[in-house]
Amino acid sequence: MMTNHAPRFWRSIPQRYNLSGTHCTCCNEYFFPPRNLCPNCRRGAHLEEYTFKGTGTIITHTTIYNATEDFERLTPYNLAIIQLDEGPKITGQIVSSSAGVKIGMRVRPVFRILGKEGDKGIIYYGTKFAPLLEQSCAEEK
Amino acid sequence: MRSVSIIGVGCTKFGERWDVSLRDMIAEAGVMAIGDAEITGEQIDALYVGNMSGGRFIEQEHIGALIADCAGLSRLHVPSTRVEAACASGGLALRQAVLAVASGYSDIVIAAGVEKMTDVSTGTAADALAAAADREWECFFGATFPALYAMMAKLHMRRYGTTEEQMAQVAVKNHHHACMNPIAQYHMEITIDDVLKSPLVADPLHVLDCSPISDGAAAVVLAPTEMARRFSEEPIKIVGSAQASDTLALHDRRDLTTLDATVHAGRSAFTQAGIEPRAVDVAEVHDCFTIGEILAIEDLGFVEKGQGGKATQDGMTALSGCLPVNTSGGLKACGHPVGATGIKQAYEIVLQLRGKAGKRQVDDAQVGLAHNVGGSGGTALVHIFTR
Repeated sequence: MMTNHAPRFWRSIPQRYNLSGTHCTCCNEYFFPPRNLCPNCRRGAHLEEYTFKGTGTIITHTTIYNATEDFERLTPYNLAIIQLDEGPKITGQIVSSSAGVKIGMRVRPVFRILGKEGDKGIIYYGTKFAPLLEQSCAEEK
Repeated sequence: MRSVSIIGVGCTKFGERWDVSLRDMIAEAGVMAIGDAEITGEQIDALYVGNMSGGRFIEQEHIGALIADCAGLSRLHVPSTRVEAACASGGLALRQAVLAVASGYSDIVIAAGVEKMTDVSTGTAADALAAAADREWECFFGATFPALYAMMAKLHMRRYGTTEEQMAQVAVKNHHHACMNPIAQYHMEITIDDVLKSPLVADPLHVLDCSPISDGAAAVVLAPTEMARRFSEEPIKIVGSAQASDTLALHDRRDLTTLDATVHAGRSAFTQAGIEPRAVDVAEVHDCFTIGEILAIEDLGFVEKGQGGKATQDGMTALSGCLPVNTSGGLKACGHPVGATGIKQAYEIVLQLRGKAGKRQVDDAQVGLAHNVGGSGGTALVHIFTR
């Protein structure tokens, strides 16, 4: 329960807002969230910062009807594991009707409110994903 | 390393035990196990207890000292250690106890597990359990435990053609087994239709695909095999004890339809035991959700990858099948007091190998296996037992 507590889950975590991670130039694997140690190269790694394009593909998904107290007001909502185009997989909500979410679907990141600590508490922001439609591709151009 | 045997077992009734506390339950299970082993307090060298979240569920930490105290061992100053690996805390306590005896450091060691989950609201319990997932990169974005297993199920269905009916069959079977187990939380037969018509929790998992919130405690007493006959007429040998880890977050796994921690722990335990999976007569596996049992029988090597749903549908894992799985009722129907589950699995296997499992007895069971998972697969424990 996040409500009525000190903001334990708030940190200065820029990766929540801009999908920046790390890239190991030794093994060429990309990591999100950024890792301090490359699990392939460990101490032999050379890690550099990397900002992901954000586009990716849905590997698997679900629609949640029964959530923890913090997310109960959102039900039903879609959750998916998305593989970013550079390789790493992440968990995120999909902003779409549940019927519209499919394995293999292409998605793009959108910036959204994720939660609130009551009326007077901190508002959590972060990344959700939306279907990458041809129309939205056109808008981006 | 010394060979290790179980010389005594005890387990409370699982369920919503509103009339008893964590302290009452651990004392009940402990006294049963110690009585079964016919040992005295002075003979106990060490205690290990699995408990996931006393702090969240009953606002009590320091469960190690608490259980030694409740067991009447405080004046003997017996070392007592609480271990935690989410839902695999019980299995981990068993392994710590095995290591203590196998190493020669201790002779008589108790492995226990306990959880009192029903004193808090369902939402608070769900949030406490969600702490077994990656709080910052899964739960923060709205993931729940059923949702993580639902995503494994969705991909398993897509890749291997597993059906909702096959998953429901796991629940139907385990409820049937639980009806024959006096300690089980549910004594209620269900049908595939009941499962499919129960409300969705996280598509494709329904309420009846999910294990319940439960209270309960279990304990086993270990001794070196060379000493075991002094205490028990029917000691059960632990011939394999293995543990493996994997990424905390599901999304970081190599394959979302395989629990690699189970694969690794299973292989290691089978190698130690010197047997093949087909030698197993009875198994307790981690069916926190119905898809969990399907993944487990695949990842442990009982069936090929992708065949778990079909094998379940064909009755392979039923009491009458060639490999009865979760004769206790499993987590699904016997109940899932998270810290106690891994020890309850060992308790069930010991009853089966002793031939004392009543109506759910597997004929001539010689080799048993217990498989306990923490979180969505960040930890797995596999123990193999023989008569």
